[in-house]
Amino acid sequence: MSHTTHADLGGQPGHGRVLPEAEGELFHAAWEPRVLALTLAMGTTGAWNIDISRSARETLANYRDLSYYEVWFTALRKLLAERHLVAPDEADAGRALHPRRPLARKLMAADVPAALAAGSPTARPATTPARYAVGQAVRMYAGPVPHHTRLPAYVRGKCGVVERLHGAHVFADAHASGRGEQPQWLYTVAFDGAELWPDQKARGLTVSVDAWEPYMVAA
Amino acid sequence: MTAHDHEHSDLSPMELRVRALETVLGQKGYIDPAALDVLIDSYQTRIGPRNGARVVARAWVDAEFREGLRRDASAAIATLGYSGRQGEHMVAVENTPERHNMVVCTLCSCYPWPVLGLPPTWYKSAPYRSRAVRDPRGVLRDFGVTLPESTDIRVWDSTAEVRYLVIPMRPPGTEGLGEEALAALVTRDSMIGTGLPLSPPAKACR
Repeated sequence: MSHTTHADLGGQPGHGRVLPEAEGELFHAAWEPRVLALTLAMGTTGAWNIDISRSARETLANYRDLSYYEVWFTALRKLLAERHLVAPDEADAGRALHPRRPLARKLMAADVPAALAAGSPTARPATTPARYAVGQAVRMYAGPVPHHTRLPAYVRGKCGVVERLHGAHVFADAHASGRGEQPQWLYTVAFDGAELWPDQKARGLTVSVDAWEPYMVAA
Repeated sequence: MTAHDHEHSDLSPMELRVRALETVLGQKGYIDPAALDVLIDSYQTRIGPRNGARVVARAWVDAEFREGLRRDASAAIATLGYSGRQGEHMVAVENTPERHNMVVCTLCSCYPWPVLGLPPTWYKSAPYRSRAVRDPRGVLRDFGVTLPESTDIRVWDSTAEVRYLVIPMRPPGTEGLGEEALAALVTRDSMIGTGLPLSPPAKACR
């Protein structure tokens, strides 16, 4: 299965300057909060998980041309269509044309505060000892990844140092592909700026990523 | 023409598409329309950067709380009532004169919602996501912030479900201020690492 992400932006040149905004500016059109809420509500139904959702967004062919909440909306329609929950003709018409499908859960208004306060922790009991220790040098995997992953391109093949262990967590790569949680040890791996960006003077810069154990080998 | 018709004629194509989907989801019984309003209201009024500002202010005045943040940030933050979605696994990172911390999500928009609310547009944008890991000093310039050359920069790319909160340095001249006054100095950007806390208001002349 091929997988092309359009969301892996770390280190890419040419995106211009950052435009700061005041603290209260959350939305820029009335439909944006609706898309946020629809996505959060459907995310609780059990029809997909957060990793499937991220995978659906980053693989949209027109990702770069869409605004943030347009990405969310387009991915939501895609997920609903793939699962035959809402067909494209229904979404276009604005009315139900086909029978509803059963869903595991439905988020009711009264349950929203508790659901937000609980969240969805991804820590799981570890079933194996951690392979790497704090202070150990590791090299990040550099081969092809034909599926959703959270290993950014700019650290692939780079040598870093394990800085923290976070216990075992749901493995996004497996979880996004419908292969279950397959928990793996999660580490914070820190890289010297000069290792990541050899052609620029990056003195005094350290960058870390959070990486699951399969992303690395001992260096 | 009724007011209702007029309202519809003004809707953008995107507004119409979102309304259409919302209608279908409601008709099929997949969503509780009232839940949408509660979700939106939660992030507009209850869950935002003032929560994080209270965490920072507490860390500034309470050494034991600060120690708790270092040990288990999720647990320490939960004692102030903030927990949950997109903040299940919190890590607090403290600025020092030697080290300035900055948080980014190069792959999407991971952000500590319980303490900072929804991420600002720039945090989710290509310029910030691409440059924060390569040229953080340039990013800081975009925010009008210049750090001493002697201060190292530490960038945390949130690539998994761990969420980072920057604890900025307490500004000088705030020794007499209470927790609430301190929290008012803590900006959202100072907790992401793209800004610094405000200076205390100058004392009025007698």
